[in-house]
Amino acid sequence: MNSAIRSGTFVLACSAVAAIVFVGAWTAGNDYVFFAGYTVLQFVVLATAWNILGGYTGYVNFGTAAFFALGAYSTVFFHKFYPMPVPVLVIIGAVVSGLVGLGMGYLTLRLRGAFFAIATLALAVVLQTLVVNWNYVGGARGAYVIRPAAVEGLSLPYIQYLFLIMLALAATAIVTARIVERSKLGFGFAAIRDDELAAEASGVPTLKLKLIATTLSGALMGMAGAPFPYYIGYLQPSSAFALEYAVNSIAMPMIGGTTSWVGPLLGALLLGTLQQITTVTISSAVNLLIVGLLLVGFVIIAPNGLIGLWQRLFRKQ
Amino acid sequence: MATQLLDVERLSKRFGGFVALDEISLVVTAGERVGLIGPNGSGKSTLVNCLCGTLVNEAGTVRFEGRDLAGHSAHQRTHLGMARSFQLPRPFTGMTVADNLRVPLLYTVGARRKTLTESEIGTRCEELLTLVGLADRARHLPRDLTQVDMRKLELARAMATEPKLLIADEAMAGLSNSEVNDIVGLLIRLNEGGITVILIEHIMRAVMSFSQRLVVLVSGKKIADGRPDDVMRDAEVERAYLGQ
Repeated sequence: MNSAIRSGTFVLACSAVAAIVFVGAWTAGNDYVFFAGYTVLQFVVLATAWNILGGYTGYVNFGTAAFFALGAYSTVFFHKFYPMPVPVLVIIGAVVSGLVGLGMGYLTLRLRGAFFAIATLALAVVLQTLVVNWNYVGGARGAYVIRPAAVEGLSLPYIQYLFLIMLALAATAIVTARIVERSKLGFGFAAIRDDELAAEASGVPTLKLKLIATTLSGALMGMAGAPFPYYIGYLQPSSAFALEYAVNSIAMPMIGGTTSWVGPLLGALLLGTLQQITTVTISSAVNLLIVGLLLVGFVIIAPNGLIGLWQRLFRKQ
Repeated sequence: MATQLLDVERLSKRFGGFVALDEISLVVTAGERVGLIGPNGSGKSTLVNCLCGTLVNEAGTVRFEGRDLAGHSAHQRTHLGMARSFQLPRPFTGMTVADNLRVPLLYTVGARRKTLTESEIGTRCEELLTLVGLADRARHLPRDLTQVDMRKLELARAMATEPKLLIADEAMAGLSNSEVNDIVGLLIRLNEGGITVILIEHIMRAVMSFSQRLVVLVSGKKIADGRPDDVMRDAEVERAYLGQ
């Protein structure tokens, strides 16, 4: 009961912060703020989603791009097949990516450590090959997705609409991660991360929980990918399956800290914003270099991320 | 007539060409304290792993309260009331000592009773930690514990599943005399509380003071099973331990 109330308060707080962010972006009076902010928020969703499997449960997933692209390509498919509003496409993206997550879980969860990571990377390669050879969604050529100038029934420019959707998704992802973290499920995930054999001996149904983690994580990544074709206007396999997504969604939680929902949020805000700034001021190619350098730095100085660093400093005082 | 809690029949396990367990049969009655001994590599831990579902045995059956356990995974066996401690302590390193117990409480006791409130979990954690003498360590991380405390945590976590049968796999290796007495005392108290205990141990003093019955494994075969004093006088056991 008590925790239910606290979750309610947290949802309210999240909504309030989201509203402030939107109003803040709106008062800047520049559409570029929405354009850049969308990308940062997208990484908040991806990093939070990755962390449910990678951080809480301890299974490193290199296939973020695959789940993201599944969401994006299900939108491309339905854009041609039967156009629907973006929120519906987000749900479809979640279902498709969630199901693939479940399937991937069944096939790969017997693998541990590096082997699991390699298998997830392979999933991305296999799916990309499929999409490249699927003409209906554009194949290797890519697909144009012409977005409407404005949203029906809403007096918002389209980019602001997309920003709002991504903002809602980010809030959803964070609320989900926080609920999971403090629930029975979260304790089960942490037990799996620490010692799978001991978790089984303690009565934790490890396979079932790992499948829940891959499904949940995959679904959230698919949600993040679903609005992407409307955002970018032209989707090709190499941009949907870009390694950037996999690298960033691992680096962001690592830099922020993997044991709590705060970590991926901090990491994504920090790294995502930094990348947007460098894209504009220096060059877009510097992005990944920055990620790499920051990762190396954090592994050496703060292996438990910003949260770990904070706790260490806080305890010493 | 006392009820059979565990009934192992002609259980065999091989690793490639190596026969680790060769047609082991063993019956454990509810409420018993059984000691399981054998030289290194005789198959004791393999037997525990087969009983608890960590390994799958190729032949033979394991029955628990009359139920055939074939196809039951480790966590399902824990739910039925089998608990084990690991030879080398395997605590959940990222959680506090109290949270280490919270996991089995949530997943076994909570699942059986449907409702387990936060305050009930807290009380139960406290009870278990007091029972093993770790009450003042509740908020510490496992890495801050000493070896003996780590083994006590291991036992407490097994106890948190509210088992009918507790299998303690070398719970005392590397401990000092007084620490061994501590753990033996603890296991006897648990047994008096109604839990059947199988103790796997090298320290003969502990095994002899604990066991009501002694089972000896050598090279994957059961060579003796009976009252501890009789078993220790057995010529075959003597040969296995002391050589000819």
